[in-house]
Amino acid sequence: MRDVAVIGVGCTDFGEWWDRSFRDLFVEAGVMAIEDANLAGEQIDAMYVGNMSAGRFIDQEHIGALIADYSGLATENIASTRVEAACASGGLAFREAVVAVASGMANIVVAGGVEKMTDVDTSLSTDALAGAADREWEGSVGATFPGLYAMIANDYMHRYPLTREQLAQVAVKNHYNGARNPIAQFQKEITLDTVMNSTMVADPLRLFDCSPITDGAAAVVVAPLETAKKFTDTPIRVLATAQASDTIALHDRRDISTLDATVAAGNRAFKMAGLERRDIDFVEVHDCFTIAEICAIEDLGFCKKGEAGRLTEEGYTALDGDLPVNTSGGLKACGHPVGATGIKQVCEAVLQLRGEAGGRQLDGAEIGMTQNVGGTGATVAVHIFGRT
Amino acid sequence: MSVPRFWRKIPQRYNLEGTHCEVCGRYFFPPRNLCPDCRRDGRIVGHTFEGVGTIVTYSVIRTASDQFSDLTPYVLAIVELKEGARMTAQVVVENPEEVFIGMPVKAVFRRLGTDGESGVISYGTKFVPA
Repeated sequence: MRDVAVIGVGCTDFGEWWDRSFRDLFVEAGVMAIEDANLAGEQIDAMYVGNMSAGRFIDQEHIGALIADYSGLATENIASTRVEAACASGGLAFREAVVAVASGMANIVVAGGVEKMTDVDTSLSTDALAGAADREWEGSVGATFPGLYAMIANDYMHRYPLTREQLAQVAVKNHYNGARNPIAQFQKEITLDTVMNSTMVADPLRLFDCSPITDGAAAVVVAPLETAKKFTDTPIRVLATAQASDTIALHDRRDISTLDATVAAGNRAFKMAGLERRDIDFVEVHDCFTIAEICAIEDLGFCKKGEAGRLTEEGYTALDGDLPVNTSGGLKACGHPVGATGIKQVCEAVLQLRGEAGGRQLDGAEIGMTQNVGGTGATVAVHIFGRT
Repeated sequence: MSVPRFWRKIPQRYNLEGTHCEVCGRYFFPPRNLCPDCRRDGRIVGHTFEGVGTIVTYSVIRTASDQFSDLTPYVLAIVELKEGARMTAQVVVENPEEVFIGMPVKAVFRRLGTDGESGVISYGTKFVPA
């Protein structure tokens, strides 16, 4: 297997873009990434695009070809593939690109992610997102996504010491970081009161425990590490790529408050990279709901089950903490265009490692990690990145 | 969900007809045709669940998709049936505050929702306090 590096990144502003289309968004992100990598279009061998539900959100399938076409690459007849794993679509698209380059089947590969969610009303988008769980036995009886994560939160709070305030602190921290990220959907700091007084969505989760509905796209370029310096002075090495699956329905999990797929993918990634938990300088985790960030920190092995709430309250995961989590603002504040999220996480890791993260830059970050979840944990992708 | 897709599972949805692996003894609801423990060595037969169990976890849904919006707020729960299988279902109570983790419940036949104003009405299993 060849070593692989990220040589370019690009990400649109995340938000509700009534005036921009699906095509506008991915072309913008793709062009930024290709420019960042100093590439010409004809040097690209293949493309993998993460997208959850263009069929429901914009009535468009065949996304791989559409994106190749409007990126001006149809004339090159490049291989372009859509990758779908609900909210983990982006993380899996990135993994496919890494595997293609590592195997030697391709040299320069673009991994992108895009979701255009605001062309439909909230009811339809809620229903489309419920397709990430088990439609026949969860969605069909009235399960919503906030409802499923709320059931995780209630199980967790029944078994472990986690206060409502500690849960709210996840959102406060992520909004603090988002206020320092120019692409974030919400660049505004909030207080515990903002979260605690927001509308109840599914007990105990309130509106400010939930990630928003977002339009956005992100793209990165990967290449063999040995040739990466030809394109950029700051290639970022992919130290590990791992993926795991679990039961589609929450009710079939071994443990409702543990994402076994995160545990498995995390363990595989650490083994592949030959690293320990203490070697990781920062993590981007999949905080689609505040409880998801609590579970992710624990399931990746950074602390014991039941400790992440207290650590969050103590500032351990803050921008100036021992293990900064979601420096981008996470899904909560940066926004969650589902198919793009996994790629945006990679962009954030690369910017931090290059020292280009502006007002949220960490001091001397050498190794970063990303964790991208599909559904309530039925698919998880974990990646580890390092400076070269 | 489309009419044929719902109709196909009516015995399961109305009467909790699940499955059972005679080799390892596990019970499955929702039904599975392949035992995840025994796989090809398993022997799957039908099993009608008694419909009694306890609440493992729950939430009160306040924002729902169109099909369920006229029911809000409603209690959604994961119920562990006596035989060991777990399923997601609504719990019908007068006051959501009554519900707690560990609460004994029993299955009842109820209207689930309507597919639009003039659409098909779907029925299925909900739970009430036992």
